[in-house]
Amino acid sequence: MPKDGSGLSLDGLGLPLWLVVELTYKCPLKCPWCSNPVDFERYGNELSTEEWKSVLRQGREMGALQLGFTGGEPMLRRDLEELVAEADRLGYYTNLITSGVGLNQDRLRALKAAGLKQVQLSVQAPERELSQALVGIDVFDHKIDIARAIKAEGLPMVLNVPVSRYNIERTREFLDLAEEIGVEYVEFANLQYYNWALLNRAELLPTKEQIERSEAIVQEARRRLGKKMTIYFVVPDYYDNRPKACMNGWGAIHLTIAPDGTALPCQEARLIKTLNFPSVREHDLAWIWRDSPAFQKFRGDSWMKEPCRSCDEKEKDFGGCRCQAFLLTGDAANTDPVCAKSPDRQIIDGLLGCAKGERSAGVDKLVMRDISKRLSAVEPGV
Amino acid sequence: METERPLQLDDAVELNPTHHFRWEEPQRSHVLLYPEGIVKLNETAAAIIEAATGAASLGAAVTALAARYERADLEPKIIAFLEDARAKGWIRVKS
Repeated sequence: MPKDGSGLSLDGLGLPLWLVVELTYKCPLKCPWCSNPVDFERYGNELSTEEWKSVLRQGREMGALQLGFTGGEPMLRRDLEELVAEADRLGYYTNLITSGVGLNQDRLRALKAAGLKQVQLSVQAPERELSQALVGIDVFDHKIDIARAIKAEGLPMVLNVPVSRYNIERTREFLDLAEEIGVEYVEFANLQYYNWALLNRAELLPTKEQIERSEAIVQEARRRLGKKMTIYFVVPDYYDNRPKACMNGWGAIHLTIAPDGTALPCQEARLIKTLNFPSVREHDLAWIWRDSPAFQKFRGDSWMKEPCRSCDEKEKDFGGCRCQAFLLTGDAANTDPVCAKSPDRQIIDGLLGCAKGERSAGVDKLVMRDISKRLSAVEPGV
Repeated sequence: METERPLQLDDAVELNPTHHFRWEEPQRSHVLLYPEGIVKLNETAAAIIEAATGAASLGAAVTALAARYERADLEPKIIAFLEDARAKGWIRVKS
């Protein structure tokens, strides 16, 4: 996804090429880095099948091409197959982003028959015990069975590893597992610190040395495996001195619809509490994308302050991530503090100085994503 | 790591089955869609992909493109582009 700083630069002629539908915030896993809002249980009023179909139709009419079904756990929606079939009929390239829970041979075949093109399966650990500690339930064996089943169906699959200091030392084991299953794409996605991941940042953030060791193992595997496996390694932006070109720009090519129909320029954006995001229940998608104040707010560069405004790299990274600027500096219009030119860079440096590395890697301090936690929204400056 | 032999004129190539190639009117261009990715192709790139994946051999594709663009010196450029496309996983040699 463009969010992860893949270097992708795409001029979509102002159209929302990339549509992500978060079908539900419900999920049986309790990952303490979940990208869903920390107060996710407030948004339980999910769109109906017909409402989702209307979103898909309107998106395609506006020129959307790539479609990601995600959540929460999208397999929890019994109408997923019906929605995939509708999306395929409309001409989308359909991707399923899943933990594997709720997926079985029958549903996999039904999804493929409905036109599903690709599955992104999350794997948090290369073995059962660590997996259970990190996601809160016993799902490791099921995930591996599902990975083999996806492979047997001939669907392209990306094995997605959310990387933190708890599993970064296991890079080689992840790669061995992926090779044994015959996975073609592995993505080591170092966590980006929003929502639940931000809440647990002090425990999750790896050290620079850990990242360098992991990346070296990935480089060696790339040389050894060649075309057999494509391995993506997404560096955590905190360790960069320039911000990621987040979402290829605000309201540029990317549109997310949350479970309750709230339209967002990225999956994290509703954490910017100073903005009022429109709902597909009240407005048509064309107005939301082209004209709504929330989508116009950080489009282009007229909103920029210094040092972005006069920076010769502003068309390359668009000032970085608005959510990160809001969370760490309190103002979404500030330069992403990851940037070495930001007057707030010392916030990031302070955090990096506290990274724990291999020390005290017990999971007891993690706040697991759990409805019983009843957390209110994370405030800026946490 | 296995090294692939260079493309030859009697090779036939096909689109990687995970990739979809089509004209997209709102973008006024050809696009390649693949797992979690989009590439917009300019007119020349699209013409080469279309010719190469539709011809019985690369030699036939080169001949067709030479006729279309009325140029006799295109072969090295076409092959270089297709090598790049193969390295990116867009196309593969038919077995």
